Amino acid sequence: MSLETILMTVFSSTLIYAAPLIFTALGGTFSERSGIVNVGLEGMMIVGAFSSTVFTLSFSNALGTATPWLSILVGGFFGFLFSILHAVATVNFRADHIISGTVLNLLAPGLCVFLTRIIYNGKGQTPIIEQGLGTYTFPGLSKIPVLGKILFTRTSLVAYFAILIAIVSWYFLYRTNVGLRLRSVGENPVAADTLGINVYKYRYLGVLISGFLGGMGGAVMAQSITMNFSSNTISGQGFMALAAMIFGKWHPIGAMGAALFFGLAQSLPITGAYIPLLSHVNSVWFQVAPYVITIIVLVIFLGKAVAPAADGTNYIKNK
Amino acid sequence: MSTSVVEMRHITKKFGNFKANDDISLTLHKGEILALLGENGAGKSTLMGMLSGLLKPTEGQILVEGKEVEMESPRDAKKLGIGMVHQHFMLIPAFTVLENIILGEEPLKGGRIDYKKASQEIERLAEKYQLDIDLKAKVADITVGMQQRVEIMKALYRKANIFIFDEPTAALTPQEIDQLMKIFRALADEGKSIIFITHKLKEIKEAADRCIVIRAGRVIDDVMVADVAEEKMAEMMVGRKIRTTVDKAEVDQSKAVLEVKGLNVEKHGLQAVKNLDLTVHTGEIVGVAGVDGNGQSELIDALTGMRKIKSGSVKINGKEYANHPVREITEAGVGYIPEDRQVVGLVLPMTISENLALKNYYRKPFNNHGILEYADINQNGKDLIEKFDIRSQSEKEAVGSLSGGNQQKVIVAREIASKPDLLIAANPTRGVDVGAIEYIHEKINDERNDGRAVLLVSFELDEILKLSDRVVVMHAGEIVGEIDPKNTSAEELGLMMAGKKIADAE
Repeated sequence: MSLETILMTVFSSTLIYAAPLIFTALGGTFSERSGIVNVGLEGMMIVGAFSSTVFTLSFSNALGTATPWLSILVGGFFGFLFSILHAVATVNFRADHIISGTVLNLLAPGLCVFLTRIIYNGKGQTPIIEQGLGTYTFPGLSKIPVLGKILFTRTSLVAYFAILIAIVSWYFLYRTNVGLRLRSVGENPVAADTLGINVYKYRYLGVLISGFLGGMGGAVMAQSITMNFSSNTISGQGFMALAAMIFGKWHPIGAMGAALFFGLAQSLPITGAYIPLLSHVNSVWFQVAPYVITIIVLVIFLGKAVAPAADGTNYIKNK
Repeated sequence: MSTSVVEMRHITKKFGNFKANDDISLTLHKGEILALLGENGAGKSTLMGMLSGLLKPTEGQILVEGKEVEMESPRDAKKLGIGMVHQHFMLIPAFTVLENIILGEEPLKGGRIDYKKASQEIERLAEKYQLDIDLKAKVADITVGMQQRVEIMKALYRKANIFIFDEPTAALTPQEIDQLMKIFRALADEGKSIIFITHKLKEIKEAADRCIVIRAGRVIDDVMVADVAEEKMAEMMVGRKIRTTVDKAEVDQSKAVLEVKGLNVEKHGLQAVKNLDLTVHTGEIVGVAGVDGNGQSELIDALTGMRKIKSGSVKINGKEYANHPVREITEAGVGYIPEDRQVVGLVLPMTISENLALKNYYRKPFNNHGILEYADINQNGKDLIEKFDIRSQSEKEAVGSLSGGNQQKVIVAREIASKPDLLIAANPTRGVDVGAIEYIHEKINDERNDGRAVLLVSFELDEILKLSDRVVVMHAGEIVGEIDPKNTSAEELGLMMAGKKIADAE
């Protein structure tokens, strides 16, 4: 294989695996910037993966090639609905954020597998999706010498979309007044409240956007990688996204960069065989690599990274 | 001066059965600086809470610009032009000064924040009121004085006409206080009205036109500041005569108890204490003056065994104790009244008795082969509560439910009851009211008169000058000079604290 082809393979599979993580890590960023810790990303991804798969299986005949794309929005919508639980528990009922998030993570697989059995005649997993997101070759851009082949040929369009969303998220959080207010309630809700900012409203906004993006992340996972839904469709990607968010210092662009790095780690089991130096390594190491890297990154960066000052605290309004 | 901008009529505020404010009436005129004087817990903050929309009065009316108003939230108060500058600043350290000022009132241009327009508007105001602020700096990186100016600017930016300041000088250096008083004047000259809460009489004399004294929820008096002496106001506030000096007995000061030589301490890899020498003798109070953050905390942490010493020697009664465990240092006869009583000094959910036993719980009589002897612990609690006048319901009450002054008395009781050879006191009266300050000062002075050594670190210059036999000034981790408290004014000391050597100050 030529170097160009190897790079193209590595790059496109990195993007494919990174896309779900980018969406979800951005979701985590919104939630935690507003002050609500979100370990429930895994659960939100599961709900997104399940709902998008059901949607695709049910409507692909009627809607054709647009189905997987629409199903991502469906996944986002159900992730959004699911995240209301987290918002109500943490914002209104002042529950511990970690516990509430854990509840989501326990609830989601149970609920979705149960529904799968009901819908698909007792089977624990859905049938395979016939038409996934597939790969995409950019017209024009792919003609650029060398780079065109590596970056824009047979690659993941949804990953480029995710990168676009990361840039939009940055603009939203750091350039608009809504973003400034959302960040302010994550830093010092008491101060924000004295300035007439509705702390509950902006924290809801953070959690719900997080649910939508987390659901999208799960949907992308199901529509481009696993191609069906079962109990292990989402196996730790929510936590990897959380790690990416921390690694990226709670910043949308940072989280995106970290998610790309984790995407590379996750794609190694597939691409490792093609990379000359790595081709002799036992593939078991590639299988465990993403998880080991997640743990190492967390251990190294969790202590040093500066989270939003009021992240994980509940706000009680004085009367 | 005659138009009234705020009128509070017969305000009563009850919390349960407790009357925090009892039939208080108050008028504020245009362009006036009004001081609200009272001890902690007198009800000043409650009263201002109602004027700033945080609390609702149980009875009574509030009139702003002659119209009766009802405020549901601070937002309503803002709309009426009332700006509150809280004692604990309501700022976001991770944001820039500019972001902090415009938060909640951001000018927009095409969906994004128009930072340029905001900066221009704020710079215009800054010039008009002579507020020196750096809009691009992060709040985490600016001085306390500038943080306060940012708070003032926040209110100005929201077009406030009435300013409420809650203990505005608590964390400022004397120079910053002067600057603040000038800002007060500038605001008043532009027709703004100011109410400031304080228990410091000097500031009232310096800045206020009129003073309302509140005690136990009632208005005691309403006086023109120019007509009344400081001592008289103190008496009105506390309800009895206050002593501003302590009696120093002649004691033997020949023997050194604490000897520090060439001490170096690091914090986050930075040199916090540099090559410091310090000696404290028997029967002597040595004051360490300095602006917060010049190595005092690190010095104390190093002496008490809470922080690693990089190099140097710390001798207590002639024996080396550098980098020894805390318990060994305590047992060598060191008592410690820490700076932050709630974090370091006390375990808030535990009872008074338990807190009083925290230093000796592992020894007889409190401990019998690993079993706590609660009868002795509680008896000890009862005795000390009486001896140190700790106002509480019983020795089994949680320390967290006591007032700040009484919490501090618990620590003072524990540390003094163990009869230490060396007492280290860090800001022992921070956030404590005048009555308790007087009491704690006397207790510390008694220790000195009994021939013990006392190291006093404080940001309150009056406290340092009142208690100390000798004062050393700390700046940037070094001792920059030593002065005689009898011949030095607070102003001179303030200049030295800002880093000027003695020669420059004179």
